[in-house]
Amino acid sequence: MTNIVVLVKQVPDTYSERKLTETDHTLDRESADAVLDEINERAVEEALKIKEAGEGEVTVLCVGPDRATDAIRKALSMGADKAVHVSDEALHGSDLVATSRVIAAAIGKLDSVDLVIAGNEASDGRGGAVPAVVAELLGLPQLTHAHHLAVEGSTVKVDRETADEGITHLEANLPALVSVTEKINEPRYPSFKGIMAAKKKPVETYTVADLGIDAGEVGLTNAWSAVQSASPKPPRQAGERVEDDGEGGTKIAEYLVGQKLV
Amino acid sequence: MAEVLVLVDQVDGEVKKSTYELLTAARTLGEPAAVVVGAPGTAGKVKESLAAYGAAKVYVAESDDATTYLATPKVDALATLAEQVSPAAVLVSATSEGKEVSGRLAARLGSGLLGDAVGVNADGTVEQSVFGGAFNVTSKSAKGTPVISVRPGSIDAEQASGAAAEEAVELPAVDPAKSAKISGFEPVVGGDRPDLTEASVVVSGGRGVGSADKFDVVEQLADALGAAVGASRAAVDSGYYPAQFQVGQTGKTVSPQLYVALGISGAIQHRAGMQTSKTIVAVNKDSEAPIFEIADFGVVGDLFNVAPQLTEAVNQRKG
Ligand SMILES: Cc1cc2nc3c(=O)[nH]c(=O)nc-3n(C[C@H](O)[C@H](O)[C@H](O)COP(=O)(O)OP(=O)(O)OC[C@H]3O[C@@H](n4cnc5c(N)ncnc54)[C@H](O)[C@@H]3O)c2cc1C
Ligand SMILES: Nc1ncnc2c1ncn2[C@@H]1O[C@H](COP(=O)(O)O)[C@@H](O)[C@H]1O
Repeated sequence: MTNIVVLVKQVPDTYSERKLTETDHTLDRESADAVLDEINERAVEEALKIKEAGEGEVTVLCVGPDRATDAIRKALSMGADKAVHVSDEALHGSDLVATSRVIAAAIGKLDSVDLVIAGNEASDGRGGAVPAVVAELLGLPQLTHAHHLAVEGSTVKVDRETADEGITHLEANLPALVSVTEKINEPRYPSFKGIMAAKKKPVETYTVADLGIDAGEVGLTNAWSAVQSASPKPPRQAGERVEDDGEGGTKIAEYLVGQKLV
Repeated sequence: MAEVLVLVDQVDGEVKKSTYELLTAARTLGEPAAVVVGAPGTAGKVKESLAAYGAAKVYVAESDDATTYLATPKVDALATLAEQVSPAAVLVSATSEGKEVSGRLAARLGSGLLGDAVGVNADGTVEQSVFGGAFNVTSKSAKGTPVISVRPGSIDAEQASGAAAEEAVELPAVDPAKSAKISGFEPVVGGDRPDLTEASVVVSGGRGVGSADKFDVVEQLADALGAAVGASRAAVDSGYYPAQFQVGQTGKTVSPQLYVALGISGAIQHRAGMQTSKTIVAVNKDSEAPIFEIADFGVVGDLFNVAPQLTEAVNQRKG
């Protein structure tokens, strides 16, 4: 029996325009459509594969505003068994370390977790550090950026693949934390049956106080780093455009010479 | 002057360029102290080059565990030193592992984390560029020793001489129940072209290139321009080019003097990784392709006609 927790995040759809709010420089979540981060669908898929290969239970854990329930339902409709949703006004504007603390505390509420699976990097913040920080806080081995994952008995093996390092073969004993890359699998689509079943699956909701965390330790005013100013860059303007009349390559060369780029 | 700890990024004794960028940035905040975490004998190989970029001190944390466990030996070394010397800041490259090490360190020290900085100011604030360069942000740390990760390629490395005085650091034993063991490593083979994040010219190919074989059209133009080769996610997913060359939101962020996009539509996620390039040139068959909205010079045409002609013209000019 493997108990797996999958960390899922709701993010603004990258296809829609993303903005910072003018008042407090936090992500303007209302201006964009919100979706379950694509990388987290892959994390759920990987958990379901482990469950289906043996025995296990998959719990999804999400820290985010009320409307993140849509993202949770999506994960449940793919086949996860239950969910934990930490939602609290006090969390607005929390930084990476505070968010990781909340996640770690929520995982601590669950019994005997064998494996935590996260995405390697959320598409909204490019943080790429929440999984490592959660491993730090829980004292779990960190097997991050997995493009291949295998659980054999009580050991977990991962091929870590990053663009700056190459491939690193990692192994550890359970319990452990894994983060997956976008190359690990193709996530399944929820079936109609899955969508109907998800409506009845249990979702437990916690506030930060329920987790034993003081509201004064999280949120924007208590963030350990603060944005002082933010300004949108002026958008790029389209420049010159020509049809290729057989001389397109030569025209680019002339342009580059004019710009002293060659 | 307070010390500024700089985590040295090195592979088998070869220092990565991003480390020199960190040492340069560290000088705006205090006195750079390089921290070498590696197998026994590593510091001897890297000391001279660290001295050439102004490292006043070189802290040496060497052990066999340092290379056989992921991330934690580096966090241990930096945390130990941060407590001993109360540095003005700790600087780490914002690579995949560097982001993880800096996050863990900030959590362990109870410090503010400033991630993916593109500039470090003398008052301790940093510049960040978010949403693929759509916003510029200035941030500061509000608690403890600031832990700053700096995006590779965003600061110009400048030489300066440093004493590089060595000092040994004792690493705590690794607890295998809390760390992942490295059982093998296959480094990225760089080849002869410049590194993507460091190159001043990048030529990228997309789905429009059509196959792995035909990617040599992209490579030939890159070689004529002395450029690095990049690829869109669609090109990577279709197996035309290896994943390490992906440019975009989930790939690398590049900001070269010149970016040439061949057969790339210019989806928002691709733009997120290249739209801060100084000059953008695009070739695409489709005059409606969004890449043209941000291109300084665009040619509507078949890349298989346009790119070889451009390669030829550049080669001729070089004589
Ligand atoms: C969460 C998420 C993250 C993502 N991250 C990234 C990322 O990091 N990087 C990235 O690139 N994408 C990323 N994407 C994918 C992105 O949305 C696009 O699908 C991708 O960038 C498209 O690649 P492309 O432009 O090569 O392909 P297409 O969109 O298929 O465009 C191919 C273009 O080639 C042109 N063409 C075809 N033949 C020729 C020819 N002979 N000559 C000239 N032009 C020709 C066509 O007109 C077309 O415009 C991400 C998507 C998501 C959802
Ligand atoms: N608020 C959150 N709730 C649940 N999981 C999260 C949250 N933030 C980040 N994660 C997890 O951490 C991964 C990496 O996120 P990040 O470090 O923010 O780039 C995500 O793919 C999620 O799996």
